[in-house]
Amino acid sequence: MTTVSATEHTRRDFLYIATGAVGAVGAAAVLVPLVTQMNPDASTIAAGAPIEVDLAPITEGQVIKVFWRGKPIFVGHRTKKEIDEARKADLSKLKDPQADQKRVKEGKDQWLVLVGICTHLGCIPLAHAGKYDGFFCPCHGSQYDSSGRIVEGPAPYNLPLPPYEFLSDTKIRIG
Amino acid sequence: MSGQSTYQPQNPVMKWIERRLPIGGLIHSSFVAYPTPRNLNYWWTFGGILSFLLGAQIITGIVLVMHYTPHADMAFKSVEHIMRDVNYGWLLRYLHSNGASMFFVAVYIHMFRGMYYGSYKEPRELLWILGVILYLLMMATGFLGYTLPWGQMSFWGATVITNFFSAIPGVGEAVVTWLWGGYSVGNPTLQRFFSLHYLLPFVIAGVVVLHIWALHVVGQNNPTGIEPQTEKDVVRFTPYATSKDSFMMVAFCIVYAWFVFYTPNFLGHADNYVPANPAVTPTHIVPEWYYLPFYAILRAIPSKLLGVTALVGSIVILAFLPWLDTSKVRSARYRPLYRQFFWLFVLVCIGLGWLGAKPAEGGYVTAARILTFYYFAHFIIILPLLGKFEKAKPLPKSISESVLGKAGAAVAVLAIALSVLMLPKAAIAQGHEHDTPAPPQLKWSFSGPFGKYDQAQLQRGFKIYREVCATCHSLEYISFRNLAEPGGPGYSSAQAATVAAEYKIKDGPNDAGDMFERPGRLADAFPKPFANDAIARATYGGSVPPDLSVMAKARTYERGFPQFVFDMFTQYQEQGPDYIAALIKGYEDAPKGMQMPSGMSYNKYFSGHMIGMPPPLQAGQVTFDDGSPTTIDQYSQDISAFLMWTAEPHLNERKRLGFQVMIFLIVLSGLLYFTKKKVWADAH
Ligand code: FES
Repeated sequence: MTTVSATEHTRRDFLYIATGAVGAVGAAAVLVPLVTQMNPDASTIAAGAPIEVDLAPITEGQVIKVFWRGKPIFVGHRTKKEIDEARKADLSKLKDPQADQKRVKEGKDQWLVLVGICTHLGCIPLAHAGKYDGFFCPCHGSQYDSSGRIVEGPAPYNLPLPPYEFLSDTKIRIG
Repeated sequence: MSGQSTYQPQNPVMKWIERRLPIGGLIHSSFVAYPTPRNLNYWWTFGGILSFLLGAQIITGIVLVMHYTPHADMAFKSVEHIMRDVNYGWLLRYLHSNGASMFFVAVYIHMFRGMYYGSYKEPRELLWILGVILYLLMMATGFLGYTLPWGQMSFWGATVITNFFSAIPGVGEAVVTWLWGGYSVGNPTLQRFFSLHYLLPFVIAGVVVLHIWALHVVGQNNPTGIEPQTEKDVVRFTPYATSKDSFMMVAFCIVYAWFVFYTPNFLGHADNYVPANPAVTPTHIVPEWYYLPFYAILRAIPSKLLGVTALVGSIVILAFLPWLDTSKVRSARYRPLYRQFFWLFVLVCIGLGWLGAKPAEGGYVTAARILTFYYFAHFIIILPLLGKFEKAKPLPKSISESVLGKAGAAVAVLAIALSVLMLPKAAIAQGHEHDTPAPPQLKWSFSGPFGKYDQAQLQRGFKIYREVCATCHSLEYISFRNLAEPGGPGYSSAQAATVAAEYKIKDGPNDAGDMFERPGRLADAFPKPFANDAIARATYGGSVPPDLSVMAKARTYERGFPQFVFDMFTQYQEQGPDYIAALIKGYEDAPKGMQMPSGMSYNKYFSGHMIGMPPPLQAGQVTFDDGSPTTIDQYSQDISAFLMWTAEPHLNERKRLGFQVMIFLIVLSGLLYFTKKKVWADAH
């Protein structure tokens, strides 16, 4: 009997470990539905489909707000002055340097399309406000220029650009 | 909590904590070193199973609340949203709804075990009473939860049960109005029920702590009913009880998973897939199966006040059991007479459950009265007298040998659980025998454990819906995007978008403040064929053509005994599509002497035979690209399959996942069984 006990022990240990491992796999698998249920559901994803915006009614100097995936999107029709300011800005002075040309579609310099969410902590900046003829976030004082680039204040990045394309001269599709 | 705690943490962090909060020692003495009688059989594992189920219900419940809307106008829709759109929503909801039934299966086994072995006797009276309180809380929680989907059974169940309180003399009406928060069951009722349904499980958890605390003070009873006397009579909780409990827990999960994945609506009522309608009561109102014995007692008594009193009394009397049973001997094993009366009592309870599902008429009422009388007599007459006259068999000196669970125990547990589940349902099935014939059972690609929808069939069914049904029937819960989702008719996104664009969707207001029409998009739901119900009623001769989204789950027919029992094993879940297919083909000339009002047609399978819908499909009416025959037989089957998909869009996924879960549980329970055997090997 004494000789059996060694192998008997390893056999038993193996059984215990196998049982524990299979049980652990099961417990982990149970977490999958419990965790993924909090991701956006199918209807939310479907509701986040691209939207179309008609640019015709937006007059020069006006900024409108539309919603895409629950986020405010600014669509601005920039004046000549605003475009010039944005082009002339000294990039080396900016926190997040990026040429204005990169922030609009080629040949559509007047149309500025931005995600209207401050890159600091998510407030919505005010259009036509602040020191740089662009956007001003009232929450903690971030100043964006007429290209939506951060110039002053706590925000680390420029206002992001949503994916969009021009369907015609007066129509864009966001998303 | 007793148990000789030898807990000496080695880890310095644990030591530091232990000096300030001896939680490790508490856990160690309660769940590791705690001495448990060595002769406990498998019936003793249900306490652990119940704790597990409570946890599972709380977790799935908390998750469901993240997606559910407790409002009379939105509750039903939000439940459908959970079933269709939420990731694994169907699984979580089926786990929760079937979990409630499993909870009651386990609690009934647990209670009957306590009765059989006299676990309520001195010094365990308080332990037992806490158990009765837990049972009452469970009943309340289950009832409140059943109202939340706000289907027909939810609504009318809530109405009937709350009306119990109107039996209170004098203030009854005022109490009921107070409970409802209105003059009928309505939105305020739903919202408070939701609040309480969320609260009570935590109250239950609190009382469970007291229950376990009391248990650990007085110690567990055991099959012999005599207290352990020496070290030899007990084993440590871990690993002995733990390994045994874990094995049974996983084995129990196999039954649970069977219901969840293969017959998820078996224990529910088809009527609860019809949205609540305060103007129409379902023809046969029955509570959930676990309340049926008490429902039978209520209906057995022809007076409202006495009926309600008897119902309450039948539960409250359990709390007095420790004093009503006058025998000094605990276990039925040594009480030959009590043992027989015990089993008779079990049969009476099952019989009452069966009668609770029967219509309250004729012989059923008489039978219910006899059984109700016996139910009370068991407690008030038989138990007190038995203690005086029964000659108990000689008790053993000690728990000399551990009587481990016989191989048959698990099977017996299962058999009892299933019979408790099924008898009442069988009764419902037999309850209303009309002259309506049973629809023929058709072959469906989606039946059985490996069933799947046939894409081509769903596409044909969809074509029939669009070209014929859609003129009158809406498909509110279905969006165009669903057509391209996996497990469905298998259209591509582009095809579904083309279908959507063919529909006009009302949208707005636009910038000018006007409503306008635009082509449909993938995210849109199928538009209704009529602007509102009033117009529909005026157009279609007084009744609104019902929405078809969940129709295949909202319709059923009587299966009868014993077919019904087999259905659970064969997984026959296609009553709905069978019924719909039969209905479409069931149009006939009215028999002589039957007056059909104008606008009504005679249908063999429709309850009452007078149906407002004219024969919907004619042969040749819809043509198929795949060359399938254009016969009514083909049409009726295709449209029924399509409607099954709209009602249960994740069926393919459910059965696929179910198979994996089953295999996993079988492997794990096998491993646990051998682990348990190994652990216990050195206890002998
Ligand atoms: S959120 Fe805009 S500045 Fe802080």
